[in-house]
Amino acid sequence: MSRRTYPRPESGDQPPLLYPAYASTVRRAPSKPLIQIPHTLSELTGPLFGHNPIGETDNDLTRQHSGQPLGERIVVAGRVLDEDGRPISHTLIELWQSNAAGRYFHSADNHPAPLDPNFTGAGRTITDAAGNYRFVTIKPGAYPWRNHPNAWRPAHIHFSLFGPCFITRLVTQMYFPNDPLMPFDPISQSIPDEAARQRLVSQFDLRLTEPGWALGYRFDFVLRGRDATPFEGRP
Amino acid sequence: MKPLPSQTVGPFYHLALTANAALGCLTHPDAKGESIWVRFRLLDGDGVPVPDGMIEIWQADAFGNYDQPPDSPFRGFGRLPTDSDGACTFETIPPGRTADNQAPHLNVSVFARGLLARLCTRVYFELADDPVLALVPEERRHTLLAHRDSAQPFQWNFDIRLQGENETVFFDI
Repeated sequence: MSRRTYPRPESGDQPPLLYPAYASTVRRAPSKPLIQIPHTLSELTGPLFGHNPIGETDNDLTRQHSGQPLGERIVVAGRVLDEDGRPISHTLIELWQSNAAGRYFHSADNHPAPLDPNFTGAGRTITDAAGNYRFVTIKPGAYPWRNHPNAWRPAHIHFSLFGPCFITRLVTQMYFPNDPLMPFDPISQSIPDEAARQRLVSQFDLRLTEPGWALGYRFDFVLRGRDATPFEGRP
Repeated sequence: MKPLPSQTVGPFYHLALTANAALGCLTHPDAKGESIWVRFRLLDGDGVPVPDGMIEIWQADAFGNYDQPPDSPFRGFGRLPTDSDGACTFETIPPGRTADNQAPHLNVSVFARGLLARLCTRVYFELADDPVLALVPEERRHTLLAHRDSAQPFQWNFDIRLQGENETVFFDI
């Protein structure tokens, strides 16, 4: 029987709560230090998502409307793993993103770029027994925002994952390789460690492409948690 | 391997997380426990309501049990967006004391634009004997306490103050 343990992440691997270059943190980040608590039953359990069936087009954002969305079709696929590299099976992944022009299908987005009637930009899926997932979508566009003069977000896809318990909950963003906007983006640059930041950058992968149809990007999610059983017990 | 860094949920999460996937009612007529409403308000460092935040709760059932298979009448997970008053209201039941002897509480995750990582806090209904409350300095424990609404006896109110005076206690889990 394996016993799970959830070591705290190293501080350089996660963004600080206060990062003044990202202006919205200034009035929203707590000013007092977080209080560290032991992992009780409350943290070591979490919701199951077996009850809400996944629809046939939920993981293909290019087939959710009557017509084809504009933009570059892409496959985003990979695995959900724990810190030992073991797959996390049957876990929910939710995603949302802008369209190819950099506009969200959302009433609060007033960027003067066109909406695409054939693209909502929301999807979800469940990992298989080996922790694999796969989405088909459109490459999102970069877009301006009001954080500072001439601020632009690099192209990104938002992801939300649950994993096996309350501790493993993760909301993050996936970026694309060699994006020239990333060095100017305070949200991604808030992660202190360069190697940690690079883990949010997907990799172009020719094997994931669909010839004549879509390009492919690989992105693996590593959630907190490892096995605490002695190493000798493993095959 | 190292866990992935967190990033903010941003202002447009509704598209995937609450437009069709909001969960405001956790209970069911077959579930044990009397229905209550828990109304959250999310406030920034100026006391201004945060209208684009998201609250998730995770709680035990009336027996203090977190093991809730898909066919159980009570499911302890809820998720709602905050409205223009920074508020959202869950319909649930009071959780029981857990098997590891924690006082009844809700586990809360707070997401918002400007939060680079989620914030974790807890809602207690009274300042009872509890191993986590015991780790909180006494003068800050009141920030984890829900208050019964003066006009609506089934409603409990809980303000999450992100910053400043009476800042809510947040946990490093």
